[in-house]
Amino acid sequence: MALGFISRLKEGLARSTQKLTSGLAGVLTRRKLDDEALAELEDLLITADLGPAAARRVIAAFRRTRFGREVSEAEVKESLAQEIAAILAPVARPLTPDPAHKPHVVLVVGVNGTGKTTTIGKLALAWREAGLSPMLVAGDTFRAAAVEQLQIWGERVGAPVITGPANTDAAGLAFDGLARARAEGADVLLIDTAGRLHNKSALMEELRKIIRVLRKQDATAPHSVLLVLDATTGQNAIEQVRVFKEMVDVTGLIVTKLDGSARGGVVVALAETFALPVHAVGVGEQAGDLRPFAASAFAAGLVGLERA
Amino acid sequence: MFEGLSDKLSAVFDRLRQRGTLNEADVGEALREVRLALLEADVALPVVKSFIAAVRDRAIGAEVIRAVAPGQQVIKIVNDVLIEHLGGEGAVKLALNAPPPVAILMVGLQGSGKTTTSGKLALRLVKREKKRVLLASLDTQRPAAQLQLAQLGQSAQVPSLPIVAGETPTVIARRALEAGRREGFDIVILDTAGRLAIDEELMAEVQAIRAATNPAETLLVVDAMTGQDAVNTARAFNEALGITGIILTRMDGDARGGAALSMRAVTGAPIKLVGVGEKLDALEEFHPERVAGRILGLGDVVGLVERASETIEQEEAEKLAAKIAKGRFDLDDYAAQLRQINRMGSISGILGMLPGANKLMGKIDESKLDKTVFKRQGAIIASMTRIERRTPEILKASRKKRIAAGSGTTVQEVNRLLKQFDEMSGMIKRMNKLGQKGLMRHGIGALMPGRRPPF
Ligand SMILES: Nc1nc2c(ncn2[C@@H]2O[C@H](COP(=O)(O)OP(=O)(O)OP(=O)(O)O)[C@@H](O)[C@H]2O)c(=O)[nH]1
Ligand SMILES: Nc1nc2c(ncn2[C@@H]2O[C@H](COP(=O)(O)OP(=O)(O)O)[C@@H](O)[C@H]2O)c(=O)[nH]1
Ligand SMILES: [Mg+2]
Ligand SMILES: [Mg+2]
Repeated sequence: MALGFISRLKEGLARSTQKLTSGLAGVLTRRKLDDEALAELEDLLITADLGPAAARRVIAAFRRTRFGREVSEAEVKESLAQEIAAILAPVARPLTPDPAHKPHVVLVVGVNGTGKTTTIGKLALAWREAGLSPMLVAGDTFRAAAVEQLQIWGERVGAPVITGPANTDAAGLAFDGLARARAEGADVLLIDTAGRLHNKSALMEELRKIIRVLRKQDATAPHSVLLVLDATTGQNAIEQVRVFKEMVDVTGLIVTKLDGSARGGVVVALAETFALPVHAVGVGEQAGDLRPFAASAFAAGLVGLERA
Repeated sequence: MFEGLSDKLSAVFDRLRQRGTLNEADVGEALREVRLALLEADVALPVVKSFIAAVRDRAIGAEVIRAVAPGQQVIKIVNDVLIEHLGGEGAVKLALNAPPPVAILMVGLQGSGKTTTSGKLALRLVKREKKRVLLASLDTQRPAAQLQLAQLGQSAQVPSLPIVAGETPTVIARRALEAGRREGFDIVILDTAGRLAIDEELMAEVQAIRAATNPAETLLVVDAMTGQDAVNTARAFNEALGITGIILTRMDGDARGGAALSMRAVTGAPIKLVGVGEKLDALEEFHPERVAGRILGLGDVVGLVERASETIEQEEAEKLAAKIAKGRFDLDDYAAQLRQINRMGSISGILGMLPGANKLMGKIDESKLDKTVFKRQGAIIASMTRIERRTPEILKASRKKRIAAGSGTTVQEVNRLLKQFDEMSGMIKRMNKLGQKGLMRHGIGALMPGRRPPF
């Protein structure tokens, strides 16, 4: 998964950065970094979804070291990217299943339509290619054809999929899935869940129940709770992370749809606020379209920096 | 931590309200806060800028300077401009006046809610307008997408086009309209695969579908929590297809929905419907004045009144309002409220509709305010004696144990209920105080069915 990831991430992000690139170019071709220039830079970060507060913090730090300098466009982008990369570097941590767990149980959660099911397919492929044997649980027993969707992913990536009859209790199914994964010696168990809005407490309770039931078999499970975020989401992502973290102890984030025009700048605010690891990013709809989250490449993408 | 636009604006306007006159500097300060709040609400930056300019133009004029209560005047201007920018008052209907079968094309990004909304729309058209509707999925991209729509059709009891493996989207679209003609359908809803605005190949594909089907409505389905990218998406889809309407999904979430303003500004297309849940009946008309109210913290009073008059018996509502107005209520009233809430929807939804209530909402643990929890709480209260319900202070350990056992719950849940009751009575007291200050003027009063909403 790590091979040549910067160039591959860059490829995925390239299109999304074009807009900001041209914006920056227009704004900052060789000029003095004065208040006006900095305000424009702040605006550019806001349009990348950093949010007004995070954009202001980044620019304030930037101002301390750069104010009044005569800069070229490339310099300004490079140093702004460094500023942001420094915030992101501590959270750029890949997810490696712990071989001590048999299986390493991964619960995948998030609001509706963010890319949970697709990401499970992608992770399963990545881990299979790494020589592990993943097993999937079709824990979205609510949405129409969600089970069939995961089954197709299972076929695509060669991972068995545990399913139950329609409207089965997701927690019971997860329990059965874990039992089977243990019996069959799977290395990783990926549990899909129905999308749910974080402000619906009954649905959040359901997730907690899944965890409680898993713990009857393995007191340490789930070993990872991944929150899948859509890069198109604006500032509401902060509230999503806050509530999911509080309710189900999210251990890491995956940001999807970075192949689009959205730049996912809210990740900067998330890193500052929650410091949760960002394990990977989704850059397409295919099984291979998952990349490790790389702080400097992501930051470069945010400011529209082209890097060799 | 999460401060809504409503909170921000009420803070600014509280300050404005306290001043006698208003000058350019005041307006400037208020607008800086409005700008920030709009950005936090995910309104796209260029749209924020033009919105602020429009408000400024109108605010720093004779209108305000001569106004008796300048603060009120600014609020009104912001609210008015917001309503205008959201499309003006009233809902915009779908334009379905064309020879049948009328095609409706659903487009948008991946995961925005197109398929679910197709199902909802079908159900709505069948139920409310007695149309004969055919559903057709042109999504050959996402695994099991066609099956998803077929299953939704089944639960809505709306026929869907038989799935033929291997067909291209355009071929399916033609077959759908052909079936529509042959089998006498009024409307054919065409659900498409999600696509990125910058994906030229897939944008060309949907253009071809549009050309082949000549839809009466091309509806862009957008997630209400979309951030700054809303403008890019809206522009690209509009340029490629000529959007005739927007559907905003997941309005049941707690996103401020700034995307509504962005989308509308970029496309000029009206927002016609909003999705408010995952179930097939969770589709409502979009009323700009209500959403503006929600954004500005003036509350969706209209919506509240409408929903309240549908669900609350007048008598019970009056009793409740009287109790609340007195600022003290006991666990019996609390239980009565639970029953009301069960009929009306979540309490956060109701409070969200009340002017100024947003400010207080942050102080309540929302995760504990939920219908299913309320049912258990109803059981707990039912297991109390009359005296206990009147004077919850006397509830000590042994009583709690008895009540928990009697209601099949735990002492923790009893404690939680009591804490929540405390919070709620505290909040109601604060709501009353606000009421006297004027913020809540229309809130509780508006609970009474039949009264005209203030705006
Ligand atoms: N372009 C792009 N599309 C993606 C990405 N990840 C997922 N998608 C698409 O987004 C849509 C929703 O993905 P799902 O995996 O079904 O999302 P989910 O979170 O499981 O959705 P629900 O179960 O309905 O809540 C599908 O059309 C996916 O193909 C990504 O990284 N890039
Ligand atoms: N809470 C909520 N969920 C919704 C709404 N509309 C759609 N969804 C959910 O969003 C997810 C993606 O919806 P889907 O229709 O498959 O999106 P599509 O990829 O655009 O076709 C599903 O889990 C739906 O149940 C809504 O208004 N509110
Ligand atoms: Mg899913
Ligand atoms: Mg779909």
